[in-house]
Amino acid sequence: MTIVGTSGLVLNEKLLFEHSDPGRKGYSLPKLDVPSAELPAELCRQEINGFPELSEVDVVRHFTRLSTWNYGVDSGFYPLGSCTMKYNPKVNEAAARIPGLAGIHPATPSHLSQGILELMYRLQSALAEISGFARVTLQPAAGAQGELAGMLVIRAWHEARGSKRTKVLIPDTAHGTNPATASLTGYDVMPIASEGILTLEEVEAHMNDDVAALMVTNPNTLGLFESNIEAICKLVHERGGMVYCDGANLNALMGIARPGDMGIDVMHFNLHKTFSTPHGGGGPGSGPVGVTEELIPYLPGPGVECDGLGVDCDKESYRLESANADSIGRMMAFHGNVGIMVRAYAYIRSMGPEGLKYASEMAVLNANYVRARLEGVYDLPYKSRSLHEVIFSDKDLEGSCHTLDVAKRLIDYGYHPPTIYFPLVVKGAIMIEPTETESREILDEFCDAMISIAGEARDNPDLLHQAPIRSKVRRLDETTAARKPKLRWEEGG
Amino acid sequence: MEFPEEFKYTEDHEWVMVEEGLAVIGISDFAQDALGDVVFVELPEVGVVLEAGKAFGVVESVKAVSDIYAPIAGTVEEINDELVDAPEIINTSPYEDGWMIKIRMIDASAADNLMDAEAYQALIAEES
Repeated sequence: MTIVGTSGLVLNEKLLFEHSDPGRKGYSLPKLDVPSAELPAELCRQEINGFPELSEVDVVRHFTRLSTWNYGVDSGFYPLGSCTMKYNPKVNEAAARIPGLAGIHPATPSHLSQGILELMYRLQSALAEISGFARVTLQPAAGAQGELAGMLVIRAWHEARGSKRTKVLIPDTAHGTNPATASLTGYDVMPIASEGILTLEEVEAHMNDDVAALMVTNPNTLGLFESNIEAICKLVHERGGMVYCDGANLNALMGIARPGDMGIDVMHFNLHKTFSTPHGGGGPGSGPVGVTEELIPYLPGPGVECDGLGVDCDKESYRLESANADSIGRMMAFHGNVGIMVRAYAYIRSMGPEGLKYASEMAVLNANYVRARLEGVYDLPYKSRSLHEVIFSDKDLEGSCHTLDVAKRLIDYGYHPPTIYFPLVVKGAIMIEPTETESREILDEFCDAMISIAGEARDNPDLLHQAPIRSKVRRLDETTAARKPKLRWEEGG
Repeated sequence: MEFPEEFKYTEDHEWVMVEEGLAVIGISDFAQDALGDVVFVELPEVGVVLEAGKAFGVVESVKAVSDIYAPIAGTVEEINDELVDAPEIINTSPYEDGWMIKIRMIDASAADNLMDAEAYQALIAEES
């Protein structure tokens, strides 16, 4: 077996502050030809001692070296469950760098920015078609803001009807951000237990006239399809509530099933997960929201409109339309994170309907391949068939080794560890989402590493307890980092 | 792992000890062990009225953030301020120095309905 992780010379790097030498600089300005003026003292900060003074080459080497310590989807397999770390095709980047799209000023009037408006219109139409919703807004900046927008829409709908419901039901298999969203929208969270998937009986027992909405994730965070979803939506609607779906796991469904057809009222998309825009590095992301016909008046604005229908708009008629009186208002400045929209649109168009469907099929196949190879080696707490991700636990691991040790040891083998200790319903969870972009060869190498690690736990558990041993830095003291965080540089510190 | 006989326990892994009309509340040895190193604790203010079964605080470890639920209803009389700066006390002394809040119970006999140490240990054995 080829072990991807190896050792080699890794260059160390000091902090910028430690490189500094007084008088060094990376710029040259023309000679002063106007009278000089002093900055007012109150505008000058004094508290940063030893502010770094550096040359251009110092700065370039500093950041280049730091970049060599990074691990991303372009370096290798990144099976971070629930995050959909698929490969981001470079054609998306080429599209986002087209000067007319990259350089346009957001305040350009509509008649001079028809191209980007048309792209946005086509993207929102494509997302609506993929998900089965009547209308999609592209405004929200990322998943969490999309969730907030969606829940504010539901709240506005209730308020417009004079309904003063105060609670939101959230199953224990929903995405981890959902309770925070419900709380930020002003609702009390009612957690409900599930047995892998949500049952109609469980929802029925909790769904009363004080419940504004049910927030589900489908497929859920166990990688299981909520097969009772249609009946559950019907029940929630009959009792005056709405159903919100976290779209984080849409990668399992594209071209196969549409949340809008299941009875879901609102769903957000993560363009940075499902639609292959860059994920991580602090963003930007993009979290469009799709809604049913009934909820369109409450969507945030402005949105792109055009005369005519669908993509057969009259030429030159795309325009940004302000939100109407019932809208929850604006979520973002200007048009939202447009550069990300361009990448997602490039992805959707380069894949086409058949390509997107094939991506979902392969994502599910890959997760089930990993499951089949590792079942019996690692404990599989939920036996029903997985969709795009699979959850193991550390229950059967020998040598007093735990999930954290497996994750750290995977670093030695050259892989980014999967998501661990989530979802919370599984003790010692190991959440693997391979995505469709990995070949069988890569999956086999990863599974071989996982099997090898389970063997090491039995035969040489110290290897796991000490891991990682081949990485640039060894196991970090996460506890002290959390309890006594050191957040800024201090001279001699 | 220890489970003092004189304490009562909940399914959410809190413990309750009634002394002088007040219920002292914390999390069990099993809970602190499952959470791992505790790095942050959020407790309610004194005077807050707690509803049985509702979350009253948060405990965060390197693994996860978890709500802590009120085992019984009552008014918060005292909170353990030391946990704010030294949350690790919950790991080292879950039943003594790691107590979280003291509440004046609305129903003084409410704790009687909770699990005793034996029933709680049976629950843990079933869960793990």
